Amino acid sequence: MFPTPVERRSNAVQTTYKALLPLALILWLMPLLMVALFSIKPDSDFTQGNLWGWPSSFVGFENYTRVFTDSAMPRYLLNSVFITVPTVIGAVALSCMTGFALGVYRFRSNIWIFFMFVAGNFVPFQILMVPVRDLTLNLGLYDTRLGLVLFHIAFQTGFCTLFMRNFIRALPRELIEAARVEGVSEIRIFWYVVLPLMRPAIAALSVLIFTFIWNDYFWAVVLTQGVETQPVTAGITAFNSQFRAAYHMMSAGSIIAALPPVMMFFLMQKHFIAGLTLGAVK
Amino acid sequence: MSVTTETDQRGWWRRNQMRAAPWLFLAPGIAFFALYVIFPIFQSFQISLYRWDGLGEARYIGMRNYHELLDDPAFYTSLRNNVKWLLLYLLAIPGGLFIALFLNQQVRGIRLYKSLFFFPFVISQVVVGLVFAWFYNPSIGLFNPLIGLFGLGPMNVLGNPNTVTYGIIAAGLWPQIAYCMILYLTGLNAVDPEQVEAARLDGAKGWRMLWYVILPQLRPATFIAVVVTVIGALRSFDMISVMTNGGPFGSSRVLAYYMFEVSLSEYGFRMGYGAAIAVVLFLIMLVYIAFFLWRMWREERGY
Repeated sequence: MFPTPVERRSNAVQTTYKALLPLALILWLMPLLMVALFSIKPDSDFTQGNLWGWPSSFVGFENYTRVFTDSAMPRYLLNSVFITVPTVIGAVALSCMTGFALGVYRFRSNIWIFFMFVAGNFVPFQILMVPVRDLTLNLGLYDTRLGLVLFHIAFQTGFCTLFMRNFIRALPRELIEAARVEGVSEIRIFWYVVLPLMRPAIAALSVLIFTFIWNDYFWAVVLTQGVETQPVTAGITAFNSQFRAAYHMMSAGSIIAALPPVMMFFLMQKHFIAGLTLGAVK
Repeated sequence: MSVTTETDQRGWWRRNQMRAAPWLFLAPGIAFFALYVIFPIFQSFQISLYRWDGLGEARYIGMRNYHELLDDPAFYTSLRNNVKWLLLYLLAIPGGLFIALFLNQQVRGIRLYKSLFFFPFVISQVVVGLVFAWFYNPSIGLFNPLIGLFGLGPMNVLGNPNTVTYGIIAAGLWPQIAYCMILYLTGLNAVDPEQVEAARLDGAKGWRMLWYVILPQLRPATFIAVVVTVIGALRSFDMISVMTNGGPFGSSRVLAYYMFEVSLSEYGFRMGYGAAIAVVLFLIMLVYIAFFLWRMWREERGY
């Protein structure tokens, strides 16, 4: 192991290390802790200049409740769910198939199609913006959640295909060969042999895509407008102009907007990190 | 009659399924991807040769959008800021490595520490932007009191054209460092302990150990860290939009943001001009995409 494990070092080093850990963490999360502190303070603390001190009263519960009762936040959150969940299902379903095709079969254009997906996944959004907006307008899907979902599915298919294909490549080929010898059709091989083995990849990818899409801001601004359709990343700006200069409310709102992916991460940590670090070793 | 056709069809599928199956599985994915990603790239190239407000008639004007770019001071500001982003964002890599080395221990509770260090990456950039905007805010932020401890400031980071871009980049580095950290933590897990012990017996330690024994084994992690960091730097949009709207006086614009501003905001719907900016951004990115594909191709050949 590198660096040398602290257990093998002197007591003094061990104690210092254990003391440094929480300190470093507090420093690292300082901006976030500040916002968390703001979110449980009453308005009067800000007017009286008690910014970082002990809250004069703990009104966290009231502040967070107000986010839900006095603003369009629940609507935005719901929109985010209705945009994110279908995208995850769609992109994962499509890429299970593309990944299977590119990972299992050998044919001449295989690598080029694969490269098309990989390259497309890296392009700057701006090169797509004008045509995609125009296409969505022409389909009559501008300012609908469906319009946003369709684009997200298509774009995420690039990354998901890269992910799935590499995962399937690493599966034992003998299983597929054995099924073929038995005369099992290719579609059944996909459904009954390969798909069950892909479960960890599907889990990892779902968590990852959930986070990516939930946190998307650019496409939300380009393809939607207004309370009916916009996800919470775009809605938070409207929320902030509603509570202009009410820092306790804006802080509470931001924390709520950020929370779902954070919860997803802590619940599915293993899958999340497995997905994110695919390729970091090898 | 109908029975025979059915067996015929099944027979065709039987005989050709090895060749037909991949295309069957690829069809929906390729169709979606082509429609929403591949064609639009070419369309943007085409639109960049037109003057178009997004609604009315598009008028062909050849390279005039690009000529205009060459005389546009806002374009140069954006380009300069993009270079700053690219260079400074790379600091996320040593930063992430440093934290990964710090956390690569096995004391109690270390797993929780690793998660908590990572979690800025999970938060949306919009919220990170808001959080840092308040952090820098001269009247309520913690930034000025903090630098005050070192006898500096006070300063209005986001209100000053000379500091604003650095302030946003610093905010952007926060989640990016977390990302690189997790890549390196995974990489460090896979470092061969025998090699480390052998090197230790040979008297290697500290920096020399890191440089000659550990870093070579972390090459895959470093590669991915560079790729995601460069792409992240060129994609920077959310934070600029949330923290400054490109201001003050357009001094924190980058190409990605300027393009959006030109095509979809009060500056008028100049789709053609916006597409031209997007093309420039795309060409810059293409260098990295080509490099990535080339490396991947080399690896695939050895497969």
